[in-house]
Amino acid sequence: MNGEPLLQVRDLRKRFGGVQAVFDVGFELRRGEFLGVIGPNGSGKTTLVNLITGFVKPDAGQVLLKGRNITGKMPYTIAGFGIARTFQMVRLFYNLPAYKNLIIPLCSSRFKKLRGGRYGERDDVAIELLDDMGFERDSLVPYKVAGSLPHGYLKRLDLARALALRPEVLILDELFSGMSMSEVASTLPLLEKFNQEGLAIMMIEHRLKELFRVVDRVMVLNFGIKITEGSPAEVMASEEVKKAYLGIQVELE
Amino acid sequence: MVATSVHRRKKRLDRGIKARTDTIFLIASWKDMLYLLLPRMLPVAILLVLPVLVKGYWGKVLVYACIYGLLALSWDFMAAGGLFSLGQALFFGLGAYLAGILNYYLHLPPVVTVPAATLGGGLLSAALLGSVVRLKGVYFAMITLMLPLLFKKVIETTGAFGGTHGLPSLTPFPSELLTAYLAVGGFLGSLFIFRRVINSDYGLVLRAIKDDDRAVMSGAINIYGRKIQAIFISGAVGSFAGALMTHYYQFLGMSVFALDYSILPVAAVALGGQGTFAGAAMGSLILVPLSESLRALGGLRIAIYCGILIVSIIGFPEGLFHYLARKYHQFERVVEVK
Repeated sequence: MNGEPLLQVRDLRKRFGGVQAVFDVGFELRRGEFLGVIGPNGSGKTTLVNLITGFVKPDAGQVLLKGRNITGKMPYTIAGFGIARTFQMVRLFYNLPAYKNLIIPLCSSRFKKLRGGRYGERDDVAIELLDDMGFERDSLVPYKVAGSLPHGYLKRLDLARALALRPEVLILDELFSGMSMSEVASTLPLLEKFNQEGLAIMMIEHRLKELFRVVDRVMVLNFGIKITEGSPAEVMASEEVKKAYLGIQVELE
Repeated sequence: MVATSVHRRKKRLDRGIKARTDTIFLIASWKDMLYLLLPRMLPVAILLVLPVLVKGYWGKVLVYACIYGLLALSWDFMAAGGLFSLGQALFFGLGAYLAGILNYYLHLPPVVTVPAATLGGGLLSAALLGSVVRLKGVYFAMITLMLPLLFKKVIETTGAFGGTHGLPSLTPFPSELLTAYLAVGGFLGSLFIFRRVINSDYGLVLRAIKDDDRAVMSGAINIYGRKIQAIFISGAVGSFAGALMTHYYQFLGMSVFALDYSILPVAAVALGGQGTFAGAAMGSLILVPLSESLRALGGLRIAIYCGILIVSIIGFPEGLFHYLARKYHQFERVVEVK
């Protein structure tokens, strides 16, 4: 883990009416780090993602990217700084061919900047990106209308769209939900590859077995509060985590 | 089974030529070529010949149809980006007043005022509506509906730019024929450019904003910037129509901010069909001459006009253009059901 943290989140707070969705949550993410975020339903995981990516404005707290304050900026500005996300409910353009979904991030000024002032052939770049997504069983997938593809493919298409921004921080909101075992198995190495190349990944996931295999650290949320953070082994051993997931204190034999 | 009566049903087949892939055009024969070109080239050819053939009253109707057509195209372009407007009169009026003011007070010829009004109208529209692009759906529509009415009242009460009397005796275009070709040329040009733009990557982003603006934002695209650009383009086309009308009439009055110029384009798109621009063009080329030919009926004109509009919208909810395009690509035949 080298030097200055890439993403710093400090004491984020958000209340929706009577519900304290996120309360004083803070953490750090370094280059090439893989952070898992777990917690029961309604524990504020997705709100945390929305707060970091600017879709929801925080009541209090700060988000810093490389030391620069990006709290409360517009979602497209934050995405332009290099924080890409996927959505829990995939948000795609279903009446377009799959690869055309990637054209949108490729039209951004961030992409233009990274390509040295030239957009290049966007269609070719989009197809190239999709080639890495593990659709190898059917080479026509990129050209098919997105609405006709199965759910697991759409999830990976959403991932490809986030990666098209060439982000420095990637936030995955339940990427694996609804994906088959083999789809997860083919996506994990891809994430690990990008991670090893320096991409910082924050992954919200309910499928703990797969998550614990790849992450460096795990953060646990419950009722909007961070209850613990540590290595997968530490988190699994924590009494508080068991309590949060099972609701009661249980004696394990 | 008693085979006394034979059941028949209609069977529909889509025509089996896929002439266009993404980047390659494959034309098999002159028949296929005609099949694709005819529905595109024929209306264009007719429109280009009409100004020479049609003079006098119906010549005016043609110019009028093209002016409404421009407004309908401008409406459809904004709608493609998810901006539902009820105020094309704003663009129309801004263009008309800019051209009128430049001509009346500064005595600039139409060759300067029309381009200046087109550009200036687009910029003013973008500036006026730029601050409300965050509003969605009916809220945005309400603002666009109110703005032209507000301008009209301000001009009426303050007497600015001729007030209720308007600005008379403006410079006309050199000839009737030139006016007609300006209108037809602007109309066809906008139609062609809009159809090109909407299928480019730029248009793709615009359409995506309409579908799901959050997904576009997560792609690092400034959606409000894009919407303002769409308003500029749309506003410029509407202002061009207004400037054209002002010099054609040689008179400028506050009626250019009237509700007609907001509602008729929407009606034309509703009739023709949204999203292809061809529908918007078709709708206005039907509605305006229809409205004129009903003039002979006197008072009942508007009632009959509304009736036709209602029936066609209920009958072809997808729009006349989409219906015809679908039918054009289908074979229909009757087969026996055993």
